[in-house]
Amino acid sequence: METKNIMIVGVGGQGSLLASKLLGYLLLKEGYDVKVSEVHGMSQRGGSVVTYVRFGDKVYSPIIDKGEADFIVSFEQMEAARYLPYLRENGRIVTNTQRIEPMPVITGAAAYPENLIAKLEEKGAVVDAMDCLTLAEEAGSSKAVNIVLMGRLSKYFDIPAEKWQQAIEALVPEKFRDVNLKAFELGRG
Amino acid sequence: MKELMLGNKALARGLYEAGCSVASSYPGTPSTEVTEEIAKYRDIYSEWAPNEKVAMEVAYGAALAGKRSMCAMKHVGMNVAADPMYTASYTGVNAGMVIVVADDAGMHSSQNEQDSRHHAIAAKLPMLEPSDSAEALSFAKAAYEISETYDTPVIIKMCTRIAHSQSVVETGERVCPAQKEYVRNPQKYLMTPANAIRRHPIVEARTKQLVALGNQCVIGNVRLNRIEWAEDREDPGENVANAPHPAEDGMGRVGIICDSTCYQYVKEVYGDSVDVLKIGLINPLPTTLIKDFAASVDEIWVVEELDPIIENHCKQMGLHVYGKDALPMEMEYSQNLLREAMGVDIPASVSLEEEIPARPPVMCAGCPHRGLFYTLHQKNVRVMGDIGCYTLGGAPPLFAMDNNLCMGASVSMLHGFNKACGEASEKQTVAVIGDSTFLHSGMTSLADIAYNQSNSTVIILDNSITGMTGHQQNPSTGLDIHGDPCGKIDLESLVRSMGIDRVKVVDPYDLSQCDAVLTEELAVAAPSVIISRRPCALLKTVGGRKVVHNKPLVNDPDKCVGCKACMRIGCPAISMKDKKAVIDRTQCIGCGVCRQMCKFDALVSTE
Repeated sequence: METKNIMIVGVGGQGSLLASKLLGYLLLKEGYDVKVSEVHGMSQRGGSVVTYVRFGDKVYSPIIDKGEADFIVSFEQMEAARYLPYLRENGRIVTNTQRIEPMPVITGAAAYPENLIAKLEEKGAVVDAMDCLTLAEEAGSSKAVNIVLMGRLSKYFDIPAEKWQQAIEALVPEKFRDVNLKAFELGRG
Repeated sequence: MKELMLGNKALARGLYEAGCSVASSYPGTPSTEVTEEIAKYRDIYSEWAPNEKVAMEVAYGAALAGKRSMCAMKHVGMNVAADPMYTASYTGVNAGMVIVVADDAGMHSSQNEQDSRHHAIAAKLPMLEPSDSAEALSFAKAAYEISETYDTPVIIKMCTRIAHSQSVVETGERVCPAQKEYVRNPQKYLMTPANAIRRHPIVEARTKQLVALGNQCVIGNVRLNRIEWAEDREDPGENVANAPHPAEDGMGRVGIICDSTCYQYVKEVYGDSVDVLKIGLINPLPTTLIKDFAASVDEIWVVEELDPIIENHCKQMGLHVYGKDALPMEMEYSQNLLREAMGVDIPASVSLEEEIPARPPVMCAGCPHRGLFYTLHQKNVRVMGDIGCYTLGGAPPLFAMDNNLCMGASVSMLHGFNKACGEASEKQTVAVIGDSTFLHSGMTSLADIAYNQSNSTVIILDNSITGMTGHQQNPSTGLDIHGDPCGKIDLESLVRSMGIDRVKVVDPYDLSQCDAVLTEELAVAAPSVIISRRPCALLKTVGGRKVVHNKPLVNDPDKCVGCKACMRIGCPAISMKDKKAVIDRTQCIGCGVCRQMCKFDALVSTE
């Protein structure tokens, strides 16, 4: 199988590491070769963060380059727009519609772009946008945005929902398990 | 069992399986997790040292005593540790010693992107470069074999993409070799000139033996260097010289020599369609292997990040190679970068016409540095900066840092600046340095101020942790690498004992106190130290006790006039909506700094 590429983008501190951990765990169990690449350190302080997840028969590069991502999973809508160049032709964006203003917008040096979802679609991206924060809160924690997104992403994979749920059970501490399983279900819709 | 493992964790696993017994490091991205993972194996003694030089000397001492040891650091940390390392190369070791260094091409979290391979060449030490987690694990074992067989410390060089990428590994059991006996041997270990003179030729002979090892490619069951022949070519086996000369097959063959993460990019672009010489033992380079490989292809490319180490070696050998004339010396490589340089099609991609605002990292909501930095900005003082989270204070809207250089430099730069300019500078210049950075290498700089007497004002930002690298303990926190109680250096007593009489402690959440103390200490004609003390806002416990934050603040829209005064502190929890300030309650920890900015009492507690 040709290598498939999932990019997870968001704002430092939003919990993208758990999402990539979940995907890595699941895809390895499915028998694929997997690579997951993260960036730690400085960018975690509220900066723009990117995680690459790649899987297939044999994966070489740990990173995803422009025009290569089959999926961009975005925790924040402006981050989806920032990484649009990484999407391949006919690639899909799964994004949270939440807006988190970066410091240049807060200080007034820049404006937050409007109508981003429509603009992404105009460029040929297939966009699946949803208010993950509200769904996460409905599940019981605003921190479960990551698992809401994983729930939605799971719809586009041939892997049964139970396998995703088993992965969540294996990776999430017991006291947060129910919240995350609920978040997954709400995301999957 | 097959599992997905971070490169740094796999390296730690390999060191553990190989019987590493003593580990000492100073944290630094992207190397930190190696030691954090080592610390989870309680049959290894592990510690955070005050700095990399100390860590290396501890690891060296343990190897001398007869137990396998390690130390880990980021690339710039190796500069700090260079002094012991260069002479440890002469003395060699008793039991194996591994030095882990992690480079940061692309400067994800660093002030420069120096190439650590130069250190290996200059110190004449063998250096291994894994290309994924599985190699990080196996090279750790090979490193101890090389260390003990060739009597030398061995460097394992990681880079951000190997250190912070997860790939598949298979773990094994720990095999701990018996402790070697320590035998007093001044000719080997006491580096007086007379003894060192005799050790240097031994180092040169060792390098020749290591070149032979590189040509053989294998130590134990670990393959350090390897050729992967293209699929259309018959594998000549171990004897590369038997490979058909290109003139015989007339194919116009391209061969690529690469190392580290570049190997992955080469394979991503070309798969098995070109001949690849993958270098794992980067120093010393395998001269015969390179020569034979070169003879079996028509055109040679060298693909390596940062400096042309392999390329220059090839050129010294008289080979014609392509490399840095087409590929950059700076930043990380990628598959597209390679495609573009080597004339391969790049995948189509689109982007929006409008510019997407940047999202730079910022100081967290409730960060204790914010109140102090706002005061510095208000007073328009010159700020000699240092290395840590607080470097983010140099960004708008705080602009509270003029410069930074390396760990500990703020204090000595301040002294130099003040000696050059005298009173004019002394009254309007300060140094800011974190607690961990101060203990790393700011102490000796403060000794210079105390000894050579400049009227300098040094501010220690004591947030009770090493923040930037993800909350490691340090000698002033009173806890060890496991979070257990240990020795605790009292900063006030330390500073006073150096002869600095003026030591003030301020709460950075209190803007008027910060202003008053700064005004006084800048004016006084004596060396002074201000300790700005508040735990990092992200800490869940301090000194073993749970941190309880204040309730978040809320903006009263009836009182708020939309003057944006609260925005001047650059808190990511505050934004404007419909011309009124809005506080994000998921981020706000109720530090109250914004409240002191508001003249209309609009920001109120939700207690």
